[in-house]
Amino acid sequence: MRGGEAATLEAVLQSVEDPEIPVVSVVELGIVRGLDAGQVTITPTYTGCPATAVIEANIREALDQAGFEDIQIKTVLSPAWSTDDITDAGRQKLKAYGIAPPPKGAKAASLCNKSVAECPHCGSINTREISRFGSTPCKALWQCNSCHEPFDRFKCH
Amino acid sequence: MRQDPIMQSALRLGDDALILGQRLSEWCGHAPTIEVDLSLANLGLDLIGQAMHFLGLAGDIEGQGRDADTLAFFRTDLDFTNCLLVEQPNGDFAQTMTRQWLYSTYQQLLFEAMAGVEDARFAEVADKALKEVRYHAELSADWVIRLGDGTDVSHQKMVDALGWLWRFVPELFQMDELDSLAVEAGVGVDKAALRPAYDAAINAVFEEAKLTRPDDQRTLTGGRHGHHSEHLGHLLATMQHIPRSHPDARW
Repeated sequence: MRGGEAATLEAVLQSVEDPEIPVVSVVELGIVRGLDAGQVTITPTYTGCPATAVIEANIREALDQAGFEDIQIKTVLSPAWSTDDITDAGRQKLKAYGIAPPPKGAKAASLCNKSVAECPHCGSINTREISRFGSTPCKALWQCNSCHEPFDRFKCH
Repeated sequence: MRQDPIMQSALRLGDDALILGQRLSEWCGHAPTIEVDLSLANLGLDLIGQAMHFLGLAGDIEGQGRDADTLAFFRTDLDFTNCLLVEQPNGDFAQTMTRQWLYSTYQQLLFEAMAGVEDARFAEVADKALKEVRYHAELSADWVIRLGDGTDVSHQKMVDALGWLWRFVPELFQMDELDSLAVEAGVGVDKAALRPAYDAAINAVFEEAKLTRPDDQRTLTGGRHGHHSEHLGHLLATMQHIPRSHPDARW
């Protein structure tokens, strides 16, 4: 693949939104693992996440529309996706959208979801977990004790 | 007919996850609070995701053109290889959470070991699912503690739930010839060797939950060989009737 094509391909993938959290792209979420040898490698967030099939279909559609019909999509499980794979830009966008991003380096401590979360609305760390699961498999429901707003928190994974 | 231990290993793992996932989905819309409803549905979703991987793998290994959906929807109870624990009815919330805790604690130890097996097809799914399963084990242990160390009523419901479910625990750790062959083939784990770590983990929760570890009962077993309780047939009837009535239906 020539350099120009690779850049275009990357831009195409950057344009594919996550179906559940449309402010971040599949690249920023860390779902896209790599682009090489005529294929795009992707990895699921959760094994049962219903968005996985939609994401693959959306990537296929974006590639086809941009003229990359011959680029294959390959799904891999290993190494397992982690919230550490979310880019810094992705984290900023999640926060601006009202979702507390997961702390980085959470992988080692596994699902360290009992640690504090910063309220994406007012910045307070005086917050509490309401429910271990939220609106999607990847999020928990929290509430801020300072501004009283509820918010989603990306689970460390 | 001689069974392929590698295919059967994938099938057993997939069936456990599928049946427990289906059981949990029965709570959808009926749980005591919306937060609990979400938790149970999400646990079920994770398990059905695992089932898709393991049953898909079983179908690939078998090579007869059966995919995960075919294996899930077009087998009868005699062909299911799940353990008896996961097919037990939801009962009340205490029984559902106790079943979850007894299974997830086992599944966490199993997947921790399986993440290191030689065959990458098994190790990768185990490693991927492990993070989800740890969350299940933690969440259900929290509820066991909250209910066991809660009111007189919640404590009694936990005692009753354990009194029923405890008899299905030994089956989780039983090793048959297929399991031993699977270990030799680099896909399986010596489940019997996981028991001491399991006992340590659940005893710690019993103590915190102010629950007494039940006395061992006559073990009920046979799920791995298709000898199921009557409950599985009813579960399968609900789960399978649409694809069986409309086998050509597509989303």
